[in-house]
Amino acid sequence: MIAEQVRTHRPATPEEVCDLVAEAGAHARHTEIIGGGTKRAIGTMDRVDQVISTQRLDRIIDYSPEELVLTVQTGVRLADLERLTAAKGQMLAFEPPSWTRLLSAYGEPTIGGVLAANLSGPRRIRAGAARDHLLGFDAVSGRGEMFKAGGRVVKNVTGYDLMKLMAGSWGTLAVLTQVTIKVLPAPRTEMTLLLFGLPDVRAAEAMAAAMNGPFEVTGAAHLPAHAAQARPLKADMPVTALRLEGFEASVQARAEALVVMLKPFGRIDQLEAEHSREFWGQVREVDAFAGDPRPLWRLSLPPASGWKAPHGLPGDALYDWAGGLAWLLTEEPAAKVRAVTRALGGHALCLRGAAAFGAREGPLGALQGRVKDAFDPLGVLNPGRMEDPA
Amino acid sequence: MKMPAPDDALMARKGEIVRALRRIVPGEGVVAEPADLVPFESDGLSAYRQRPLAVVLPETTQQVSEVLHWCQANGVKVVPRGAGTSLSGGALPLADGIVLGLSKFNRVLEVDYANRCAVVQPGVTNLAITVAVEAAGFYYAPDPSSQIACTIGGNVAENSGGVHCLKYGLTTNNLLGCELVLMSGEIVRLGGKAMDADGYDLLGLVTGSEGLLGIVTEVTVRVLPKPQTAQALLLGFPSVEAAGACVGDIIGSGVIPAGLEMMDNPAIRAAEAFVGAGYPVDAAALLIVELDGPEAECAELSGHVRILAAERGADFVKVSTSEAERLAFWAGRKAAFPAVGRIAPDYFCMDGTIPRGKLPQVLTRITELSTAYGLGVANVFHAGDGNLHPLILYDADTPGELERAEAFGADILKLCVAVGGVLTGEHGVGVEKRDLMSEMFDETDLACQMRVKCAFDPGQLLNPGKVFPVLHRCAELGRVHVHRGKVAFPELPRF
Repeated sequence: MIAEQVRTHRPATPEEVCDLVAEAGAHARHTEIIGGGTKRAIGTMDRVDQVISTQRLDRIIDYSPEELVLTVQTGVRLADLERLTAAKGQMLAFEPPSWTRLLSAYGEPTIGGVLAANLSGPRRIRAGAARDHLLGFDAVSGRGEMFKAGGRVVKNVTGYDLMKLMAGSWGTLAVLTQVTIKVLPAPRTEMTLLLFGLPDVRAAEAMAAAMNGPFEVTGAAHLPAHAAQARPLKADMPVTALRLEGFEASVQARAEALVVMLKPFGRIDQLEAEHSREFWGQVREVDAFAGDPRPLWRLSLPPASGWKAPHGLPGDALYDWAGGLAWLLTEEPAAKVRAVTRALGGHALCLRGAAAFGAREGPLGALQGRVKDAFDPLGVLNPGRMEDPA
Repeated sequence: MKMPAPDDALMARKGEIVRALRRIVPGEGVVAEPADLVPFESDGLSAYRQRPLAVVLPETTQQVSEVLHWCQANGVKVVPRGAGTSLSGGALPLADGIVLGLSKFNRVLEVDYANRCAVVQPGVTNLAITVAVEAAGFYYAPDPSSQIACTIGGNVAENSGGVHCLKYGLTTNNLLGCELVLMSGEIVRLGGKAMDADGYDLLGLVTGSEGLLGIVTEVTVRVLPKPQTAQALLLGFPSVEAAGACVGDIIGSGVIPAGLEMMDNPAIRAAEAFVGAGYPVDAAALLIVELDGPEAECAELSGHVRILAAERGADFVKVSTSEAERLAFWAGRKAAFPAVGRIAPDYFCMDGTIPRGKLPQVLTRITELSTAYGLGVANVFHAGDGNLHPLILYDADTPGELERAEAFGADILKLCVAVGGVLTGEHGVGVEKRDLMSEMFDETDLACQMRVKCAFDPGQLLNPGKVFPVLHRCAELGRVHVHRGKVAFPELPRF
């Protein structure tokens, strides 16, 4: 819980961040780390004595479109980076979501927050996750020491890949102050094929068939009836969507082949460029579930099993990543959601309504704890954020 | 290159160590006779050799666990080994340690097309994964040149790349999960068949950790449907600068080829003499550009690339017209190292990465260094991602040449760092680049990495002497930083 009077520091330089964290260690001050603060609702935390916001670390250090790399401070807003790269015909290929509507959050997501939470959108199935695009960083560890890892080139195996460790560590190991990320050319065009009325299991088959052919699908989602009712589709039946992106001739050729392959699944419609973009924006933001008061879960599963999880858990679901990501609104107890997900070979994150991460257990849980201690032995940074009680 | 001084007391216990290993791995799974240990003395970095105390070749995860548990309890160091093709000395044995070889873990356990993945044992070769899935139209994307021999376990340890990683990523981008045995003998599973991590991404951390964090006993890799068509172009240029500029033009125009390789004239000549791939032996530089996808895409992009090449003065253009011809184009490139091996008694293969734009500058400097050191050099690059492989030619039988070659190599890598690049793109630090780590990282950076090592292996028994230039005790590294000379409120409980 965050009391009203807790002070928020807004350091303007990495050195100031370092001083603040070092002081926090010396005074045993529990410190919450935020970017835009839009994901604060996710997970619980032990007592917080102060907040450090990275928002004033907002400099673009270097953007070399021809090198496909971008170096920025972590308080730079995601929306600003998207505009910057789009102006050069490039993009953050992992298609990061902001989830602001989904979480009813105020403020603007920052690139630091996106990476700390390893947030990736529909294109994750083709382009990889946020963690695959982080090439290097500067950070302040919980020890109050500035350190760096990685570099500014894509191919680099010099030292441990701490980038992977930082991505998805939710600010519990270090405060990222500067990051170098890989950017890619944006596709010239996109289009989406839609299938209608498929039950979940048939939709999973259709998505697998599309993924298993040479179609280079960059988005594969299934919206059961409840989710399909939302804008922009406003459909009165389930909708399954497959996105193709790239050069015009290539997209056209792949679409024609995919239509032939999908014949057994019934009627096929197309969404052209603008409508396709709008649709996938809504999938990325899980807009269909925004404003629903029920507990909200994000289940990461083997794609072919995705549809099975919600069938053991009454509620409403929506599938992305060809089934590998299931969004679920359910009143079922957290322990049951986690157990069903685990039994299918996946894991669950609760965004609203229960502990976010679940307990760390066994030798792996102990190892995760030792990794935390290696970077933050005093437990200063986001204490308890990834360590929910059993 | 110095390794930590061997512990005489441990070496004196060889008989006891071998007996203990034989209790865990019966039969022929423990190699102890000096003559039988010779094949394990070195890996792909054959300039360095060391005979280990013994080699153990377990067959089950349980045996790996028991071996590590026993070694930890008895303070015995362990060097993991796959096929021994490392080019950085990652599997170089220790005189007072054992080698744990994974060659008996050679089975493909499961192919799961519904989830587009394969579960394999670490001793399976990189190419064997593709062979296991190709009948169904799939392949495993990372393709290091040694793919017929190198194992997936070694690929995980080194985060191996290959000529197609520009578009399809390195090993780390193509893994879903692994089973890992810690030095304590504990067995943990990282990841699985889902697409992101539960808790910290330890799978990502372990990938490329060069056998210092644990021993991988099972790997789940992503497999991809094969592209409909693939086409390769050979483009010869009158200057290295023009070829380098063309690389920038291609990527700058929004095209990410499946592969984008460059060879300089000595490398072209060596490869052509070796395999007869149809390379232009008079060109100063050769680009191999591979495009894949639907036929319509390959046709469009191939035309586009040819226009860009012509604008930079390419005077040799050849487009593959069949799959056999495409593979022949690559055969020359993939054989570049052995080809160079035929024109010089010995060579060192370097592995720095630089920002692509610095390519001409770095090449010019390498040529100057080559003259200064009096040693020849042939250059092979993964140009698309700026990964250089200068091959330094020398003769180990000529006194002083090995040391000169090492110094030349170190200068090249320092140059890579100086222009904004890194020491190693895909071969790993190992022992080869260990002493150069401080060119890239300061003491605090290295301490952060070594503390990760301590979280996995507090006794530092797993592959010590690799990656880090100085070994610190974990207790010393774990000490909490004292802010401005004092910890305030020292009486407060520290949790």
